[in-house]
Amino acid sequence: MYSVRHWSIRHSRLLEGLYRRFESTIAALAPLFERIGYGRLERPVAAFERQAKGLMFDCQMCGQCALSSTGMSCPMNCPKSLRNGPCGGVRANGNCEVKPDMKCVWVAAWEGSREMRGGDKILEIQKPVDHSLKGTSSWLKVVRDLRPPAPLSKAKKSA
Amino acid sequence: MTATAMDRIVDPGDPLPRISGHSSDGRLERVLRSGRFAVTAELNPPDSADPHEVYDRAVVLAEVCDAINAVDASGANTHMSSVGICSLLTRAGYAVVMQIACRDRNRIAIQGDVLGAAAMGVANILCLTGDGVQCGDQAGAKPVFDLDSTTLLQTIRQMRDKSTFLSGRKITVPPRVFLGAAANPFAPPYDYRPLHLAKKIEAGAQFIQTQYCFDMALLRKFMAKVREQKLHQKAFILVGVGPLASAKTARWMRSNVPGVHIPDDIIKRLEGAANQKKEGKRICIDLIQQIKEEEGVAGVHVMAYRQEEYVSEIITDSGVMQNRQPRRPRQD
Repeated sequence: MYSVRHWSIRHSRLLEGLYRRFESTIAALAPLFERIGYGRLERPVAAFERQAKGLMFDCQMCGQCALSSTGMSCPMNCPKSLRNGPCGGVRANGNCEVKPDMKCVWVAAWEGSREMRGGDKILEIQKPVDHSLKGTSSWLKVVRDLRPPAPLSKAKKSA
Repeated sequence: MTATAMDRIVDPGDPLPRISGHSSDGRLERVLRSGRFAVTAELNPPDSADPHEVYDRAVVLAEVCDAINAVDASGANTHMSSVGICSLLTRAGYAVVMQIACRDRNRIAIQGDVLGAAAMGVANILCLTGDGVQCGDQAGAKPVFDLDSTTLLQTIRQMRDKSTFLSGRKITVPPRVFLGAAANPFAPPYDYRPLHLAKKIEAGAQFIQTQYCFDMALLRKFMAKVREQKLHQKAFILVGVGPLASAKTARWMRSNVPGVHIPDDIIKRLEGAANQKKEGKRICIDLIQQIKEEEGVAGVHVMAYRQEEYVSEIITDSGVMQNRQPRRPRQD
């Protein structure tokens, strides 16, 4: 929802702190997730994530969340899906070239990022979107990415 | 094509012998690296399958510029493609900047075009996001935007420097291209624009062509930030300029062309002139002369929409070529 989306961007610092705690909690639950199996968890977790982030950020479920790097303004709401900054078409009033009634996602992102502790992450280059992840849970992806696969760590120990 | 036009379609500058440390074998990179003030100019793409229309437009531009920009459906309007124009121009020996917009093609198509372009002799590629489909003549088209301008820069740099596609698959002979990006210092968020430029340079941009500059105050502010971060030492910045045909055109452009900012005093100056077209040219020349004095600017990029015939006059009268002679292939 547009107004909630902008509330979230205005409160980017608060949400940044909340997310950091949330992330460490789910990361700690990794062994449990592994026991249940990520395949089984995917559908219910993705459905919950879609509802929660849909409400807060108009999340488009790209499956590779960049909110922490984009001032809590979801870049997938940019009609050009830009993940690395605004295009040259931003209107003088700060609104979108394509949707004149919408504030530019990147004007909002820049403002949101200035409130955040880790706001300078907006300066880092984001990879191209992996479209094969669309619709999947980025939370579960974060947990999997944070935790190195077990066989690899065993191999390292033996070596 | 007339025989005289054919006779003049020669650019001895491209391709040139390889110089170590250069990314391309093209003229533009050499001119910029040698510290000379560079001039690039945009060719208006024809709505036609006639190659003569491309050559006739190119011949007037080539005399006063170091490379001709072949636009990629600018304004989201369908025209002859940038690949097609580059194919015609490179086979006649012109130096070109091939523009690639992310709007119409995905990463599979774009990477293929980059190899094809380099094989044809394209030495410069400008990486763009592209205007939204809504502003062109095919508003119902599917917007692609698979990559954005930054990831497009990274992708082509990877192809060139690592000899691999984005997927990691090997390229046997990499494309030798000089990479460019766009910047718009004249649109919000103003504070972020110089940082965004830094990001594009980090992603691989070696030269920058900006949106039309009609506001020196904004350009100076932007350039001060650029110099503060020493970005002008990491990429060559060419500032966009162009003549306005009339106050009416200026008004139309500022409300219909995305990202174009024309201050009221420019429009007033046009309105107050007896001959608006002449005044538009004069404004353009004045701007070029002021831009040239700005520290850190490496050249100008002339976009004369439907007014190519004036580009030569504008560049010559502005004096930016200094003692460089306009090149008249086969006549000198």
